[in-house]
Amino acid sequence: MQERVIEKAAQLLESGACARVLGWKTGEFFYDVTPAVFTSAQQVRQEMVFSPFCGANLSKYLIAESRKEGKVGVFLKPCDSFSFVQLQKEHRILRENVYAVGVQCQGMSDIEALKALGLRGITAVQAEEDRLTVSTLYGEKTVALEEALSLRCRSCKSRALHDCDELIGDQGRDLDTDRFGEVARLEAMSPEERFAFWRSQLSKCIRCNACRNVCPACSCEKCVFDDPNSGVQNKAAADPFEEDLFHIIRAFHVAGRCTDCGECTRVCPQHIPLHLLNRKLIKDMNALYGPYQAGSDFDSKPPMLTFTQEDPEASIITEGRGIQ
Amino acid sequence: MQMNQEFKPTIVAFCCNWCSYAGADLSGTNRLQYPANVKIIRIPCSCRLNPMFILRAFQRGADGVILCGCHPGDCHYTTGNYYARRRMTLLFSLLDYMGIERQRTRVEWVSAAEGAKFAATMNDFVDTITKLGPNRRLEDLRCKSE
Amino acid sequence: MKKWELSRLQELFEAIAAQEPLYIPTDVSGQPTFALWQPGMALTRELNTVRSAKDLFFPQVEELVKFKVEGKKIQVLDPQVQIRDQVVFGVRACDARSFDILDSVFLAEPADTYYRDRRAHTTVMTLACTHPEESCFCTSLGIDPQAPGGDVSCWIEGEALYLNANTPKGQALLSRLPLDEGEKPEADRSVFDRLPLKDLDLTRFGEKKLLDWFHSPKWGELSQSCLGCGTCTFVCPTCQCYDIRDFDTGHGVQRFRCWDSCMYSDFTMMAHGTNRPTQLERFRQRFMHKLVYYPADHGGQVGCVGCGRCLRKCPISMNIVKVARALGEEEV
Repeated sequence: MQERVIEKAAQLLESGACARVLGWKTGEFFYDVTPAVFTSAQQVRQEMVFSPFCGANLSKYLIAESRKEGKVGVFLKPCDSFSFVQLQKEHRILRENVYAVGVQCQGMSDIEALKALGLRGITAVQAEEDRLTVSTLYGEKTVALEEALSLRCRSCKSRALHDCDELIGDQGRDLDTDRFGEVARLEAMSPEERFAFWRSQLSKCIRCNACRNVCPACSCEKCVFDDPNSGVQNKAAADPFEEDLFHIIRAFHVAGRCTDCGECTRVCPQHIPLHLLNRKLIKDMNALYGPYQAGSDFDSKPPMLTFTQEDPEASIITEGRGIQ
Repeated sequence: MQMNQEFKPTIVAFCCNWCSYAGADLSGTNRLQYPANVKIIRIPCSCRLNPMFILRAFQRGADGVILCGCHPGDCHYTTGNYYARRRMTLLFSLLDYMGIERQRTRVEWVSAAEGAKFAATMNDFVDTITKLGPNRRLEDLRCKSE
Repeated sequence: MKKWELSRLQELFEAIAAQEPLYIPTDVSGQPTFALWQPGMALTRELNTVRSAKDLFFPQVEELVKFKVEGKKIQVLDPQVQIRDQVVFGVRACDARSFDILDSVFLAEPADTYYRDRRAHTTVMTLACTHPEESCFCTSLGIDPQAPGGDVSCWIEGEALYLNANTPKGQALLSRLPLDEGEKPEADRSVFDRLPLKDLDLTRFGEKKLLDWFHSPKWGELSQSCLGCGTCTFVCPTCQCYDIRDFDTGHGVQRFRCWDSCMYSDFTMMAHGTNRPTQLERFRQRFMHKLVYYPADHGGQVGCVGCGRCLRKCPISMNIVKVARALGEEEV
């Protein structure tokens, strides 16, 4: 796959079809891959990489890149292609300036998953079929490939590549994984337990804004939390209330637009399971207003931008009848 | 504020300009009683209610927040309250999911003719919140007076 | 040198905590952080905390002054609390060095009294590293992870904890504890020679030609994918920028300071607007500060301690090592 991605990128630049190509660039280690804009085939051949550690979703960069001179090539994994479509729906990407290459994905790995296995000082990995040999400063260890899977990829929603000009690998399909199991587990708890759970998680927040800034749905030019005129601008949570405020408002603001790409949880330096907020909203909207997947098509109306006269009243929540 | 009996909750009621605010007016002109700790904030339409307003009301000391608007189908702007209904349902569900007491928030449709319903709704809501006790889960300690 | 049985570590914590509040690196909701020790609280198994030990002296949020408004009367209140003596255990060599860098900023006249009080009242017990991560590069900054500084240096070797006081404050602490005498066996240092980043050179940037580094064409490429979040600055043990803000409480104003990040668009915002209009300038500021400005002002001392936190936490894996490598490719 890596060779095909690099060859394609080089070809797009050499043929002049694209002025720039968005891809992933090698780092110091095998896992610290950085999104990058490549401008020459030579640079692509030297520095570009496509490995199971290229988890970063490149679609948000297209907001800026598609507004620059010339066409930009981009490699999109299935998740990323949902964001790509969703951003177009919101008129944030100039599609005519983008050449999208879909890359099929078997699930991305995450260095954090390896660390969660207790591995320390990881210097290299070698994949062989379904096993991964991990070299560390303290010796080698073999783990099952699926143990290295990124948390979000364990409940992958779809391998479908949307709105790509070209595919590398096969077109995929929606998958039937249990995305909402963890949400349901929380829903089954008592309010006290849920409150304790979210306090223990959100109190870790350092307000670095990584979740917001990486989120393809968070594309406001000026976030309300950065705006001195909003009354809620803040740089740090000076009270636990502000931790809740930030995350509630952020989750709500992306409701119906969040494609569940999982970048927020991936980048959180404190490992706060932020996707559980978004998934709760997705689960509710599916149950209340019919199945909807943001970024899966261009025509459907996002649930928060429409209504029916038969919509249930808010009292189903406030009177505890629950969402069926 | 130690004992529940002495606890007088602060209630913020966001009322749409066209129906519920007029309903509140009517309940006043009819001399119907509802507790003075209900603070009414007039908004142009129920769909003007940004979720941020609700959270900030809690931050600034509200123990309960209620949204009142025109009955579905009667919105002055035709459809505003339908959007508000979806938003509030989803927001309240999220708050409930985070362990915030679900009774602290409410939506009630009150028309300009329903002065009695307005007073009854407020009495009932104040009663619910009084039993529930002070807002502790969405409070900002800095805003509590010493 | 003093000695304590490792299996009885909780008893040692208990003995310290009986005298003064004790902070140790422990797992809170799954994340290693410095927390007030309570009976049964165990040391984290992680090498280091997500947030650095600077929290203890320079907390993310700190109240400075309070204004109480009653009618037309405004009262000015000083919320600064009397700092009590406290002990922090388990500070790694990198974080211990970061205190020197923070000291040079906060203790320079006029000294920051909030920081100074906390420093003066804290006894720092460091802990030597035996199992570094691949992202560690403190050795390339002249730090010996097996000889950490602080008031008391500690080592875990075999089944024992060895303690050595470096300062009168450390001596006073150890003298109050029922410790045995013992000599630490020689530790195996070979792993530090295998560290992938051991040959990194971060010291050449402070030399001169400040403007040449400033105008390096590399900055554009390096900063192009920066998200502008504050992760690197907030996990960094040496980042010390803060903002002072007012919060209207409804019955007064609370003035507090909180960490700021040069990665944010409104960093050092002034009446004329912002002086760093794009992410390139903001990104450049952070690394110029660490690698060029700080050394230029402090006898060549680099404003980085090689803890590797930014390597592990940056959402797009851009970090000081990559910046130093990219800049280092050019001959300035």
